[in-house]
Amino acid sequence: MARELIRLADVSKNYRKGRELVRVLDGISLAIEEGDFVGLMGPSGSGKTTLLNLLGGLDKPTKGDVEVDGRNISRLSTGALAKWRASNIGFIFQFYNLLPVLTAARNVGLPLLLTSLSASQRRKHVNTALQLVGLADRAKHYPRELSGGQEQRVAIARAIVSDPPILLCDEPTGDLDRATADEIMSLLQRLNRDYGKTIVMVTHDPRAASFAHRVLHLDKGELGAAPEEIH
Amino acid sequence: MFGWLTQTAALAALNLRSLPRRPGTAAVAMSGIAALTGVFAGVLSMASGFEKTMEGTGREDVAMVLRSGSTAELNSSFNGEQADVIRYAPGIARDAEGEPEVSAELFWIVNAVGKSSGTEANVALRGIQPTGYSLRKDYRLAEGREFTPGRFELIAGRGARNQFVGLEPGQTIRFGKTEWLVTGTFETGGSVFESELWCDVNVLQSAYQLGNGFQVVRARVEDADGRLQLEEALGDDQRLSVDVWSEKQFYSDQAEDTAALITNIGLPVSVLMGIGAVFAALNAMYASIAARARELATLRAVGFGSFPTALATLLESVVLAFLGGVLGCAIAWFALNGFQASTLAASFSQVVFNFAVTPDLLGRGIVAALIVGLVGGIFPAVRAATAQVTSALREL
Repeated sequence: MARELIRLADVSKNYRKGRELVRVLDGISLAIEEGDFVGLMGPSGSGKTTLLNLLGGLDKPTKGDVEVDGRNISRLSTGALAKWRASNIGFIFQFYNLLPVLTAARNVGLPLLLTSLSASQRRKHVNTALQLVGLADRAKHYPRELSGGQEQRVAIARAIVSDPPILLCDEPTGDLDRATADEIMSLLQRLNRDYGKTIVMVTHDPRAASFAHRVLHLDKGELGAAPEEIH
Repeated sequence: MFGWLTQTAALAALNLRSLPRRPGTAAVAMSGIAALTGVFAGVLSMASGFEKTMEGTGREDVAMVLRSGSTAELNSSFNGEQADVIRYAPGIARDAEGEPEVSAELFWIVNAVGKSSGTEANVALRGIQPTGYSLRKDYRLAEGREFTPGRFELIAGRGARNQFVGLEPGQTIRFGKTEWLVTGTFETGGSVFESELWCDVNVLQSAYQLGNGFQVVRARVEDADGRLQLEEALGDDQRLSVDVWSEKQFYSDQAEDTAALITNIGLPVSVLMGIGAVFAALNAMYASIAARARELATLRAVGFGSFPTALATLLESVVLAFLGGVLGCAIAWFALNGFQASTLAASFSQVVFNFAVTPDLLGRGIVAALIVGLVGGIFPAVRAATAQVTSALREL
């Protein structure tokens, strides 16, 4: 049995909108094992992205604890969280979020600037990551010279280049056509299956969700009673 | 420490690489700062050029005797007998023939028409005695001939000849009822005398019916002791009430007031422009971080820290300011350095001087630009570092 990597204990997140208190997440408890591939679905505004941000240390819960690999990240300072993210989390966004002034290789190499690797070591890691996503021949291309699917693959290479154990994906296929979306999902599936990456993916697309081991449903800030097993 | 330095360098390089995507706001900030630096360096170069001209005037070994309390030659006066008492006073050096090296002079204001403005301005017409030439440091006749004593002739200083109409050798010029023939052009190493016209002091006395009056007596003294001796002797003389100045000190003191006036008028203008430039820099940097909000959020999500993000934004602002400062200094240098102008000095006559854009002034201009960049970058830097990553990640 795989060990537990992520644990949320009675996590709530509230925002204040003027005088109104908006409850985005309400008492969420959740455990994710190492090597799991979890799909997170639910209507717009149900709190999927907020939950993902809490898992990735981009936001802090109003109440409750978020533990990753036995460490309570809710208690970390902003600076410590940034360091923690650099070595533990790979983010994949709907609109890729590549820097237009950098080539694919330089975009991929960005997280490595936060490590103590030498320039040649960094180049080696970048090449490996680009090869893994099948874009070694596009290393010197700028994002504007790539298709949407290629851009997302560069973004995936950026997410895995420093070898984090967890990949958090926010609608990774939301901006892609079906065929390209399938390619991206197959790539994520391979990263999960062959490289042991734990993946949590927010999606609206049931077809994308079908690649996950299990799907959780969020509605009005609460998790569905019984997670649906896909595989 | 290595970590945030590397992060800052990487982020700053990214910021600068993205500048061409924002040419408009970058250009506005740079031109605002360039204008500030240009005006700042321009004003200071005017003051420093004027000071340089005035301070380059006068000799330590020439004493100027003025009526007691007079701060300018114009409001001093002696009669001929008093001038003779001064001429033969102890402490004054003597030439090979044993004659005192003295020039009793008149300093008269006439009107001449400016070449560029077309309007009349005050010009000094100085009446000198023959020794007057040798009492001026670096005196040299550059064109024509010296005036003939006893005739309505004058020679014009190089600066006056360049600035005013009708002062080329061979031309005649009318002052009041008298027509004067310009016989030559003289130079005195760029000093204030080059703004003057010189003629025979006796001719000037008769042209303006000044009797046997004088306003200043210049005398060469052997050394500082000689001047003290002269000062004591004249102080003891009941027939006189005079002050004795070192010629160099006299012009240096006159320079201070006018240079301070130029600086005092110019600096507030620079400060106002500086405030404007700070807002231009602020605007450019806010636009910069707004345009790259999602990029900055992505970088912070990946693990780049808030402090390096702030520092890199500040660096971008400072680099923009530096480029603007260099541009402003270059404009000031090419447009103003050596530019000849004239202003009304403490002598109530126009003094011609060259703007002096010195390396020191350029350095001060660049420092002013960097301060503007730093001040203009602080708030945007704080915003870049504290913006909500989660909401910025969703911006399109």
